[in-house]
Amino acid sequence: MAVMTYRDALNEALAEEMERDDSVFLMGEEVAEYDGAYKVSRGLLDRFGDARVVDTPISELGFAGLGVGAAMAGLRPVIEFMTFNFAFLALDQVINNAAKTHYMTNGQLHVPIVFRGPNGAALQLAAQHSQACETYFVHAPGVKLVNPATPADAKGLLKAAIRDDDPVVVMESELLYNARGDVPEGEHVVPLGVADVKAEGTDVTIISHGQMVHVALQAARTLEKEDISAEVLDLRSLRPLDMEAILGSVHKTNRAVYVEECWPFTGIGAQIVALIQDEGFDDLDAPVQRITQADVPMPYARNLEKQSKPDAARVVDACRKVLYRN
Amino acid sequence: MPDSAVRDASTSAAPAVIEGFPAEQVLGFLREMLIYRRFEQKAEEAYAIGKIGGFCHLHTGQEGVALGFVGPLRPDDYALSAYREHTLALAKGISARAAMAELYGRVGGCSGGKGGSMHLFSAKHNFMGGWGIVGGQIPLATGLGWAIRYRGEDRVCVCFLGDAAVNQGSFHESLNMAAIWKLPVIYVVENNGYGMGTAFNRVTTTPMVEKSRAHGIPAHYVDGQDVLAVWRLMEDLLDRVRDGAGPQFVDAETYRFKGHSMSDPVSGTYRSKEEVESRVREDDPIAHVRDLLIQSGHLTRESLERMDEEVRELVEDAADFADRSPLPPEDSLHEFVYSDMDVHGRLFFDGRGG
Repeated sequence: MAVMTYRDALNEALAEEMERDDSVFLMGEEVAEYDGAYKVSRGLLDRFGDARVVDTPISELGFAGLGVGAAMAGLRPVIEFMTFNFAFLALDQVINNAAKTHYMTNGQLHVPIVFRGPNGAALQLAAQHSQACETYFVHAPGVKLVNPATPADAKGLLKAAIRDDDPVVVMESELLYNARGDVPEGEHVVPLGVADVKAEGTDVTIISHGQMVHVALQAARTLEKEDISAEVLDLRSLRPLDMEAILGSVHKTNRAVYVEECWPFTGIGAQIVALIQDEGFDDLDAPVQRITQADVPMPYARNLEKQSKPDAARVVDACRKVLYRN
Repeated sequence: MPDSAVRDASTSAAPAVIEGFPAEQVLGFLREMLIYRRFEQKAEEAYAIGKIGGFCHLHTGQEGVALGFVGPLRPDDYALSAYREHTLALAKGISARAAMAELYGRVGGCSGGKGGSMHLFSAKHNFMGGWGIVGGQIPLATGLGWAIRYRGEDRVCVCFLGDAAVNQGSFHESLNMAAIWKLPVIYVVENNGYGMGTAFNRVTTTPMVEKSRAHGIPAHYVDGQDVLAVWRLMEDLLDRVRDGAGPQFVDAETYRFKGHSMSDPVSGTYRSKEEVESRVREDDPIAHVRDLLIQSGHLTRESLERMDEEVRELVEDAADFADRSPLPPEDSLHEFVYSDMDVHGRLFFDGRGG
């Protein structure tokens, strides 16, 4: 095991895949000479040259679509959005072009592209730079989406995403870039669609992904002091979704809480709750609870921002509620 | 069937060259454009009796653009367009049968019936669509050009767009990037004067040929109703682009003889009946070539009729094929959404299970 940051784990994944496969290239704003706005691509320009590590104009729609076209020709573009807040400009290319091409062509063309970049709430960046964007992308059939919570998963999922023959959205949690963790030495690929139990427990399942896994783990530690054993299930992938892992854990604990950074209305949790009640209803001893971002644009003021975000205390309260301990 | 009248004519005193093209080649142009015209007429008939559904945008009147720009391409060159693309697909080599069956939504269609009129594809012919969002295909073409340059190939990508698409951000973002990286893409505006029912001059203050100037991309004008002029220009542009000249921009002036789509009348509130009738009378790319051939002694009324008869048979055969081709099987509904189905986890959320 090597200890490294989430940022460096992503950097290693990119470097290893570019080394392994000449058809992989990285393109986006500030990815080359500036080393990446969040330094994920540090050193890659020197190592792979400007034909494969490419600074673009600020044209999200344009370079996302360029990536789709290059993928249609058989290359494996990694398109970096400086943040997913800016990816809305490119949504037509992701949804209408990348996601639908394999289907519309009756399988003649593949679009092996990765769209990646930071996602989720940051600190005092206000309404337009601080939001979780999963729902917009994961809604569309044809898209795959992952959101790693640890350096090991960041490396392993990004590598799997680059090797995948379909469009994969890799959402990196902006607040995790400096987080450190163990990453296995050597070849490390985490398959898409496989959830991971980050903490075992028996009384309640806290389901989450990305940065919110750490909020769930913090809540689990608090609950432990109350003799409540919480299982923390990290989905890692939202599409494909490891339903067996969700249903298996709920079968064991009979109680579930979902934590996410998206807004509540048609959020990821709405889908998860629907699936659990469809397929695991008899296992439930209490209605599933959802903890989400408050249903408001992100406020700038420190106190309002804190108030709007999911936190461990709210997760603890929700766990107590499903256990009828409040 | 050999066209003896035509052959007789060409071996007589008639000049063997018409405006720089061998007469045989010009006869081929006429036949090819007749196929496009009859194909679209057949599509119109089939639409009227419900064999074709949804949106259907005919290319009638713009055949010179289709043939003149696509004909000179190599098989490994890429072509793609928006949704008025039936004849471009034919020009790139998709058979009339496969194209018509796609319009019919049948399994024998070039997109297996999953694409329809607006989404004709053939990877093996390097015909890359068939795209439904105005301007949405322009970045894709730019990416195909990127892939050509990335691999050091000498292929070219030709991207068709309508006049209205130049007002989309995707157009300017694409041209800017194509210029920065000198990508081998020829952007062809099929300038038929109207974006649906809005005249181009109502939605811009600058002429079409100036649209690429801000990006430093050379602009060319051509009369799209003159297939010989288009072909000559395209041959020249292909040579230049293969030699590394970078992206090119073409304003090909043309005219749509039919409505925007099948639900749109040929003339109406946005253009007069007189305008359409006069353009159809004066500016038909097929009539232009026909007259050249007749005047130069390479075509007679009779040989034209025989040619047209053959073309009609070809198109009838395509329609028969489409009619006979089965609907896609219902168990193919989920096929090709993803490359691999449910290796881990669940990909679909409509009750299909994992």
